[in-house]
Amino acid sequence: MAKWGMTIDLDRCTACQACVTACQAENNLPPTGPDDARRGRNYTWMEMIPFEGEGERPKPIQRLLPRPCLHCDNPPCVKVCPVGATFKNEEGIVGQVFSRCIGCRYCTTACPYTARYFNWTTPRWPEPMATHLNPDVSVRPKGVVEKCSFCHHRLQNARDAARAENRPLRPGEYSTACADACPTGAIVFGDLANPKSDISKLAHSRRAFKLLEDLGTEPKVIYLREGD
Amino acid sequence: MKHDTTPALTSPLIEDAILLEPILRTGPKFYFTVAVLLAIIALGVFAYLTQFREGLGVTGLGRPVYWGIYITNFVFFIGISHAGTLISAILRIVGAEWRRTITRSAEVITVMVILFGVGNILIDLGRPDRMLNVIKFGRLQSPLLWDVCSITVYLTMSTVYLYLPLIPDIAILRDRTQKRRWLYRTLALGWTGTPRQHRVLEILIGIMAIIVIPVAVSVHTVVSFVFAMTIQPMWHSAIFGPYFVVGAIFSGIAALICAMALIRWVYGLGEYLKNIHFNNLGLLLLVMCFAWFYFTASEFLTTFYGNEPAHMGIFWMKFTGPFAPHFWTMVTTCFVIPVAILCNKRTRTIAGTVIASISVNIGMYLERFIIVVPSLSQPRLPHAESVVYHPTWVEWSILAGCFAAFTLLYVLFTKLFPIVSIWEVQEGRERSIAEVTERLKSYIPEPSSGHQVARQPAVGVGT
Repeated sequence: MAKWGMTIDLDRCTACQACVTACQAENNLPPTGPDDARRGRNYTWMEMIPFEGEGERPKPIQRLLPRPCLHCDNPPCVKVCPVGATFKNEEGIVGQVFSRCIGCRYCTTACPYTARYFNWTTPRWPEPMATHLNPDVSVRPKGVVEKCSFCHHRLQNARDAARAENRPLRPGEYSTACADACPTGAIVFGDLANPKSDISKLAHSRRAFKLLEDLGTEPKVIYLREGD
Repeated sequence: MKHDTTPALTSPLIEDAILLEPILRTGPKFYFTVAVLLAIIALGVFAYLTQFREGLGVTGLGRPVYWGIYITNFVFFIGISHAGTLISAILRIVGAEWRRTITRSAEVITVMVILFGVGNILIDLGRPDRMLNVIKFGRLQSPLLWDVCSITVYLTMSTVYLYLPLIPDIAILRDRTQKRRWLYRTLALGWTGTPRQHRVLEILIGIMAIIVIPVAVSVHTVVSFVFAMTIQPMWHSAIFGPYFVVGAIFSGIAALICAMALIRWVYGLGEYLKNIHFNNLGLLLLVMCFAWFYFTASEFLTTFYGNEPAHMGIFWMKFTGPFAPHFWTMVTTCFVIPVAILCNKRTRTIAGTVIASISVNIGMYLERFIIVVPSLSQPRLPHAESVVYHPTWVEWSILAGCFAAFTLLYVLFTKLFPIVSIWEVQEGRERSIAEVTERLKSYIPEPSSGHQVARQPAVGVGT
């Protein structure tokens, strides 16, 4: 059984935010502006988290850290959902059932990474964009919670293709939009359960760390520290 | 039905006729009050319809402050609900005779206010049309499901517990009034006041009073668990269960004092709700003041001493940061003002206890607000934009609408049923004085023989 995960190499990341944009386009996230951001109404399944890097200069260097949903192995959001609208599947992906969610926002408050988003209003796209939505990803109605799905629809497409050709899924066939878009290869997506995969090697690098590791949430998004 | 000829019911009613006044007579003041309340409710309904149409975007909520006024209301209203059933049950069990005129008004608060506690959770839902998913797909591992179960049981039991002692009074109404006879005849369940009926009723009330206490405690415990079970800073605390229960009883007593003062003033029931009732409840409020302070101090000292960065971020937000006005107003209104008023026998009057109670209720609303909002305002991961939560007119209107609707239901209850238990007052007059004298005698050793009995164990301990 695969265990999907991601590594993000902060040494390679230039904070260009191509991953943020790719995610927006791939997952039908409605465009938002600075006003929405100030009110906490923006949708960024992949978000840039500001933090202070280790700096030799007089002041610590401000850095950005790309943060998708971390797809915790012990997800605090799944535990608290009263209706089972969020779940962890056998391959470790934490998913959201938009048609079952009642919008109580308990998962959004329970997530220590604030990686979950709520549809405050019916999402709207300006005219040319509205006709260019990704048909593989459902558009969410108002009042439900959404989040990064590790581009789960891409896994389904890759599986369908493999099944049509009567062969197993090949490594690298399933990847996320953010990993594909990253110009420096900082984001690597793959199967953590396969010891020969690139991501497994990176995940066991001595630079590897997890966000808020001491909370015991066991994220499957693993960061690689700068400096090597 | 022989009720029309029951002689026992006619005589005491001359004494307690004033208790039936609100039901028999309705003046212009009543219609004015109802009109004002309906206007406020209409505003709340309009606000909710706006929210229903547009989505929760019309509130001030956002990421990361996902919960705000509605969840605060939920905790506050469920807290107020502890006024009734719990206090009434405890007073009944310990046989506090002064309870007789106040238990009814307390129990009504519980039943009415729970509706608004539950209502605010439904208002807070992004998809209220899917609320039955909680039953269809309910997962017991979610603390919200614990709330659903616990509050449903509590509402059912509180309603039964309100209804049981109401039966003899409904029978009085059935026999004495011409109004709504079908309603009173149905609800009186054929009560004729026979000794056997009284015995059964007392047993049932006794059983309900006992089992309703653990249920009431469980309700506010699981309300706190909604927060405490998450790992968010200053929510994930083992003290939250008892802290919320204490806070609930605290604000509950305060709400009861306010309601009693209003009833006393509007219906002229000074003979029934006397200084002594306000004095006793005031003392109870004072005790809860100290209990509340103890829990608050424990909570904040533990956080401060532990000095964990994520927790301290929230701590300073409350102590000196953007929530400092809320926090220090809370400390003043929940502790400084009520203690100053209630410690002094000269200020522990009706006016004094009412001022203290209003102060406590303002403080307890703020307490719930600064439990819910600050922990969400500063999440563990830093944010590019810091989001400040400002409730909008929709949230304030719905809050006002909830208060008005609660008041309206309470007022309507007083127009349908006696707000002071007539038969319990009668019983107190007829039976309790003798009973209490007997009970008192049983506490005190007999002058001659009791003296020797009392000395024997003392000798035993010495040797």
